[in-house]
Order: sequence, then C-alpha cells, then structure tokens
Amino acid sequence: MKDMTESYVTEDGRTIGDVMLDLRNITLRFGGVEAIKDISFDIREGEIRAIIGPNGAGKSSMLNVISGFYIPQEGEVWFHGRKRPQMKPYQVARQGIARTFQNIALFEGMTVLDNIMTGRLNYTKSGMLAQAIWKGKAEREETENREKVERVIDFLEIQAIRKTPVGRLPYGLKKRVELARALAADPKLLLLDEPMAGMNVEEKEDMSRFILDVNDEFGTTIALIEHDMGVVMDLSDRVVVMDYGKKIGDGTPDDVRNNQAVIDAYLGVAHDD
Amino acid sequence: MLYREAGDFKTSYVADSQTFPIAFDRYRYWVVLAVAFLVVPFFITDYTANALLLPFLIYSIAAIGLNILTGYAGQVSLGTGGFMAVGAYACYKLMTAFPDVNILIHVILAGGITAAVGTAFGLPSLRIKGFYLAVATLAAQFFLVWLFNKVSWFYNYSASGQINAPERTVLGVAVTGPNTPAWASYLVCLVFVTACALIARNLTRGALGRQWMAIRDMDIAAEIIGVNPLKAKLTAFAVSSFFVGISGALFFAVYLGAVEVGEAFGINKSFLVLFMIIIGGLGSIFGAFAGAAFLVCLPVVLKLIGVDLLGWPTDLVAHFQLVIVGLLIMFFLVKEPHGLAQLWRLAKEKLRLWPFPH
Amino acid sequence: MSADFLYGIEVVINGLMAGVMYALVALGFVLIFKASGIFNFAQGVMALFAALTLVGIMEGQIPFAHLINATFGTEIHHFGWHVPALLAIAMTVGVMVLFAWAVQRFLFRHLVGQEPIILFMATIGLAYFLEGVGDLMWGSDIKTLALGLPQGGARWIEDATAGLGGDDFYGFFIDKLDIVATGVAIVLVTGLILFSQYTKHGRAMRAVADDHQAALSVGISLNFIWILVWSLAGFVALVAGIMWGAKSGVQFSLSLIALKALPVLMLGGFTSIPGAIVGGLIIGVGEKLFEYLIGPMVGGATENWFAYVLALLFLVFRPQGLFGEKIIERV
Ligand SMILES: Nc1ncnc2c1ncn2[C@@H]1O[C@H](COP(=O)(O)OP(=O)(O)O)[C@@H](O)[C@H]1O
Ligand SMILES: [Mg+2]
Repeated sequence: MKDMTESYVTEDGRTIGDVMLDLRNITLRFGGVEAIKDISFDIREGEIRAIIGPNGAGKSSMLNVISGFYIPQEGEVWFHGRKRPQMKPYQVARQGIARTFQNIALFEGMTVLDNIMTGRLNYTKSGMLAQAIWKGKAEREETENREKVERVIDFLEIQAIRKTPVGRLPYGLKKRVELARALAADPKLLLLDEPMAGMNVEEKEDMSRFILDVNDEFGTTIALIEHDMGVVMDLSDRVVVMDYGKKIGDGTPDDVRNNQAVIDAYLGVAHDD
Repeated sequence: MLYREAGDFKTSYVADSQTFPIAFDRYRYWVVLAVAFLVVPFFITDYTANALLLPFLIYSIAAIGLNILTGYAGQVSLGTGGFMAVGAYACYKLMTAFPDVNILIHVILAGGITAAVGTAFGLPSLRIKGFYLAVATLAAQFFLVWLFNKVSWFYNYSASGQINAPERTVLGVAVTGPNTPAWASYLVCLVFVTACALIARNLTRGALGRQWMAIRDMDIAAEIIGVNPLKAKLTAFAVSSFFVGISGALFFAVYLGAVEVGEAFGINKSFLVLFMIIIGGLGSIFGAFAGAAFLVCLPVVLKLIGVDLLGWPTDLVAHFQLVIVGLLIMFFLVKEPHGLAQLWRLAKEKLRLWPFPH
Repeated sequence: MSADFLYGIEVVINGLMAGVMYALVALGFVLIFKASGIFNFAQGVMALFAALTLVGIMEGQIPFAHLINATFGTEIHHFGWHVPALLAIAMTVGVMVLFAWAVQRFLFRHLVGQEPIILFMATIGLAYFLEGVGDLMWGSDIKTLALGLPQGGARWIEDATAGLGGDDFYGFFIDKLDIVATGVAIVLVTGLILFSQYTKHGRAMRAVADDHQAALSVGISLNFIWILVWSLAGFVALVAGIMWGAKSGVQFSLSLIALKALPVLMLGGFTSIPGAIVGGLIIGVGEKLFEYLIGPMVGGATENWFAYVLALLFLVFRPQGLFGEKIIERV
C-alpha cells in the first residue's frame, strides 16, 4: 500500500500533492434523519477522488456540505490547511470550488453560452456603472471571460450549440454544458455529482475522457460521485464508500473492491444497526 | 431574402456580443432612432403626443424597469405604482426646493431616490419568494400611496392635496408646465427612453444580467456556483426602481403636470405595467416597448372602434377593454410566455428564410 | 371600568368580526391553493361576480342587456319577473360551477406544470376578464342585495352593556349583520371540514392536496377534483359576496376584499384552514386597534396598509406563515 501522507507520482505520471480538503468528523442531520454520521476523509491535490455508495447513502449531502449549502451539525471542513469558518455557498465558490448537480441545475431560460459565462461571475470585478455604459474595464473583462469560455467550449466540443437555449438540449448535452459551466470557473476543486447518470455507453466514454483530461491538463482536483463501478475503477485514484450515512471503506480502487463491508453493502447483506 | 444573417460572420467576441449582432437589425435601429429624433418632432401634434407618444415613452421606461426585476431577475413586483409615485413626489419636492437646478437632473435624482426606496422594499426578497414576495410588494404599493396622501409635507401643504409641476425650461424651452410645446415634452421623454434602454441593454447582456437571470432560473444553484443572492436581488430592485422612478417623475412633471397620488399611482398602475411586460415579453427590452405600445394603443383603438364607429357608450367599451386585456394576459401566459417579442422573433425567422422556407 | 377601555374592547370585538369576514374570503384561496398550488388572485372578483349574478337573477335582469341595447338599439332591461332568493342562490351556484369548469377547461388545463408565479399572473388576467364579463352581463352600477338580512346595531347588546362604564359609555355597538356573518362563517367552515373529512370527494380532495402523484395512482381524477375545488371556492365566494354585498352594496369595491385577504393568507400560511381563520382574526383586530390607537396620530386610514406591513414584517421572520409547512430547499 502507498504511503498516503507524502506526495507521490501515479503510474500514469500525475503528481498527487498534499491534502487540499480535509473533512473531519462530519455529522449532518435533517430533523431526525442522520444523513451523514461522523465521516472523515480527505481529498489531495491533483487526485480524482470517488465517492460511491447506494442511493440515499448521503453522498450528495456530502458534496452539499463541501459546497457550504448544508451546514453540518458537527465536524470541521479544512481547506488548504486552514479550518474553514462558516460561509455562504457563494463564498465557497469563490475559494475555487465548482460543481455539477445530480439533477441538472442549469439556467433553463438562458443560452448555453450565457450559462457557461455564469461560471466566470467570480472573475468579474467591474462595477455596475461601468457595466451600464459597457466601456473600459467592463468591456475588457467581458472579452477576457468570453475567451476563457470559448476555450472550455472547444475543449468540451460543444461549439455548435453555443447559442441554443439550454431548455432545448437533450439530457446528455445538458450534462456536458453543466460541466462546462463548472470548468469555466477555473476551479481548484471540482465536485461532480453523478456526471454520467442516465448516459449511454458512448456518452459515458466521452465524459470519462473529459474528466481525465481536465485532471491531466489543468491539474484540477476532482471529487466525483458515480454508480458505474467500471468507470469508478478506471478513473479514480482513491475511493470513499458510504452506506446509510456511514463510511464503510476508503482506499485505492483495489482496496475497496476487496473490502468485505463494501461487498456486503453492494450485495445487499442485512445491516445490523 | 428580406432579412439576412448569412454572410455576417463575427471576427471577434466584441462584435458577437454587441447589442444588435446582425447588421440589418443595426441599420433598422439607427433608422428608428433617426426618425424618432429628427422626423417625429416636426409632425407631432398635441393629440398624438398626449394620447399616444408620451404615455408610450414613459410607460416604456417603467416597463423596462419592471422587466429587469420580473423578467430578468424573476422577482414579481406589484408595487410599480407606488414606486412611480416615489419618483413623482421626489421630483416635485426637488423641483420646488431647488428651482434653479436643471429639471433633467431632478428627474435623474428622483430615479436615484426611488432606487433607494425600492432597495429597502426589496430587502424581504432575501427571505420570501414567488407570490409571497409579489404580495409583500403590495405593502409598498399601499403604504407609499397612503404616505403621499396623508403627509402634507410631500405636497407642500397644498389645499387640494395635489402636486403641480411648475414651469421649468431646458435650453430656454419650457418642458414642464402649461406652456410646454408638444415636441419639447416628447424630446425630453425620448432622450430618457433612449438612455434607459441602452443602460438596460448593457446591464442585461453583461455579468450583472447573468446574475439576475441565474437567480431567476434557479436561485439555489446560482448561489452555489457563486452568485451572491443578496447583491443580485438588491441590484435588481435598485436598477428597476431607478427606471420606474424616472418614469414616475416624467409621468408627473412632463406628461400630466398635476397629480393626485391615489388616482395616478394606484394599484391599477402596478397591474398595467405588469401586463405590459407579460404581453410584450418577459425578459426582453424590446418586449417592454412592444407591451407599452400595445397597451397604450389598445384603449385608443377600442374607443375608435367602439365609441366613434359603433356608437357604443364609453363604459361599455371600458368593460370590453377589461375582458380583452384579461384574455390577452391569459393567452400570452398559456401560448407565448415570451410575449410579442417572441412573436416578432418568430416572424423574423420566417422572413430570414423567405422565400426559401427550407 | 373606564369608558376608554370599554371602547377599546368594542374595537377588538368589531375587529374580530371584520376578521371573520377576511377569513371567509381567505378560505376560498386556501381551498384552491391546497388542491392545485394556484394562488387565485381572482377570488375577490369571483365574490363580486357571484354577488352580481345573484342580484341579477333575483331581479330578473336580462344578461348583457346593455350590450344588446347598444348593438341593436333596443331598450330591454328586465324579464319582468322576480326569482325567490333561495332559488336564485341555487342558480348562482350553478353559474359558479360552470365558471369552475370553464376555468379548468380553458385556462389551467393548459398551464399544468407551470411555475406558481405564472399561474398567479394568469389569475390576475382571469380577475380582469371576469370583472369585465360581470360588468358586461349585469352592468356596473351599484346594486343593493335585498336578502332581508338583519342590519344596524344590535340594540339588546347595546342596552345590556350600557351600564358598564359610567355615563360616558353607551354600550357596545355591534352590527347585526356582522353577527350573522360570523354565524354563517362558522357554519361554512364546519361544513367544509365535515365535507373534507367524511365524504368520498372530500377525502379525494385532501389526498390530492397531500400528494398529486399518489392521488393519481389510486385513480382519482385530478381534473374532477380541480373543478370541485374551484366550485367550492366559487361557493365560498358567493357567501362572501352576499355578506359584503349586504354590508356595502354590490359594486366594484367588493372585489377589493381579495386584497384584504392576501395578508391574512401570508400570515396564516396558504395551506391551512385554521391559519386562514386565525390570520383573519389577527389582522381584523390588529388593523382596527392600530387605527384606534395610532391612526389619529398619523392622519388615519391606516387600514389601507396595516395588514400588509404586518404580514410583511411577520414573513421576514417566519417565511412559511403561522401554520404553513416549512419550506425545505434541495438541489
Ligand atoms: N434537504 C433535505 N431535507 C431532508 N432530508 C434530506 C435532504 N437532503 C437529503 N436528505 C436525506 O438524506 C439522505 C441522503 O440523501 P442523499 O445525500 O441525497 O443521498 P445520495 O446522494 O447518496 O443518494 C436521504 O435519506 C435523504 O432523504
Ligand atoms: Mg445523490
């Protein structure tokens, strides 16, 4: 087993660095329901970290905790070696955390281009007056943001649908646009909630390739939730396994595959809690 | 082909995000502006100004304002009448307190004051949403009208409780008061409409507009990807109220000249402007103009047909107007939520292909 | 007891009765909102329309007479008969059921799945439309509703309480009509609750309110339920229209009671019948007391906005209202 405290180089030559995000003893309740029970794990710079587990295990809730949308009753979130104070979701986004959603959350009334441009909002510094007359800084920023967005559009190969209202797109493309919006923000940490759910094999292959390329080319750290075990095994460096709000496994794909508790959870063995 | 997009390639992102990306639209825009500024003033009569042009221009500003709040930022307001009243009374107080300052500056300041008031009434939008908020904005409507009615400081203690616009000039020509020539009041309103439309267009196609629309389409996701909802909603209220305030100031000072608050800025005004943007098209600057034009013309046309042609009594025509407006609102919400603006776009798409439909 | 204090109590009592009237209108909103998620702004105009129709039928008015006369140069107004009150009420209920069907068939069937705010704006359109139709059918002049309901101050209460507060106090002045209205409202609410608890359709209605999908899967026709609730709301509107119409005549301002009911709903929560009642009472008492105590200092007529500002402030602290369910947001 690899030493998990030092940075190392993977087989395919990527460098995995220090711990970027550290979740410590997170507990999250909704009324009486404990969606997350005392879970700790970390995400290291440059890695692809998968979170797996059956439906209702608390995976999405975990991402929501990282995004700052859910506030856990107990536990701490450490980011870049510092304890994160309580903040609003938009402040979390400004720290360089971008994400996609399990149920696509695009802005249906806007075009693809405008949707992706919203990913650049955190880079807009010009004030309202400058924007009102559309001169100077405002115009310059708009052009810069557009250039960045066009690179993302090229990268994800969605040039042809730039001006289409997202409401009219098929499901698979919507998922891709959502990824584009997250990428446009140049995130340090990218959270993907079931990016391949409901896709056919070909679409899944495309999406896998994009995720790998993002990680490889831009060095973006990625945390992803996925049900397709094949995909998870192929993509991820390390895997967290959740079941009924508890962490039941954590390690390399091989470790996890051979973990008895994980096998039981997936085979539906009766729980004793 | 009457309408061409082909062959009009963009070579830069600047060109692509301009107001009218298609050259043909750009030409038409300049032609419309030229006619509005250089031709219409020579032909304008008191009747066309008062029955059609002035209300059209002034309501367009209000509709642009409400469309920013409702069409772009998704916050329905039923307080437009009350905010127009703020603009009107602010303008009146400024005009009478500082008679030497140019009236145009007063109108802009009135817009600013309304923006402040609107922002204050927008604060609850951070906690309450949808029609809860719509109903909450009625609080602004009723409270403001009551305030201007009861607190005599606002109408300078006049016995009638009305406010009257004293004569003010721009470049030596009267633009308010009874001696104003029709072309002068028209030009003042036109200048404001043009400026407001440009500002609105710039704001909505840029970063701020995207924040507004993101909040409108999915507020939670917007916040998670980095939109500060407080800032997005309050700027929408501020910008929207700024325009509505300007329109209220012009409505009072330039158009009516004398105003009684309950009559001029009652809840029906709020509905009227809301209807304009529903019929014209939610989330479209052009739609604000289309809706304003439509609802300003409708009573005039109905009166022409009903009273002058068919000889019906006026109250009967007024009842018909209610029925027609109600039907239109329901029709557009069911069939074409993007209103006349979308119908226009579809018509253009047909034209673009004509005469080769496929 | 001092006379001032007693007059304060009188204000409270009258506020409670006004509150009952507000609750009566708010009830119509709650019915429709619970079953279909539509916030029906037209409820007030429905009350006006129902009252207009009732008067029109009773007096034997010819519908659209005004329009017919203007078009054909005729001079018709009345059929020349009078319809007894109970029969006229039954016929008006029939008209309101027809209206419910039409609204469902021509408007909301085409808006299924739309956002609540779009539905809300559609009902604003509906309100304008119905107001126009009401005016065209029955004319827009003020009409008196002669159902023989008691009116004026209740003497016996005045006499019985006159001695309480010394020479300055002349006894409580309470309008008989308000007492009747309170009675009617209690009967109506009890009736509605019984209906929804103990009848098949009532239970179906609640099932739909709880969970559309589940209701569909056990074979409840949504369309039927929606027509049913709109009819019920129409009936509630008729009752409210009768009460308010008897009080201040059947005229346009009657439709404005809807505007009074909105803050009641915001306070009580849109989904709760007890909420509508308690909200109505709070606002009725609150606005009367405020006008009595603070009104004179600020120029009066505070009833125009008090309810709204109260509801607004309240909502900022408790967005779901007194009895509404807490809104949980997810992504
Ligand atoms: N906003 C919420 N309110 C109440 N319960 C919630 C909320 N979000 C999630 N839950 C509950 O938390 C548990 C975990 O849900 P989720 O995180 O979506 O699981 P997963 O993504 O692993 O399928 C479920 O029981 C779900 O019902
Ligand atoms: Mg999930």
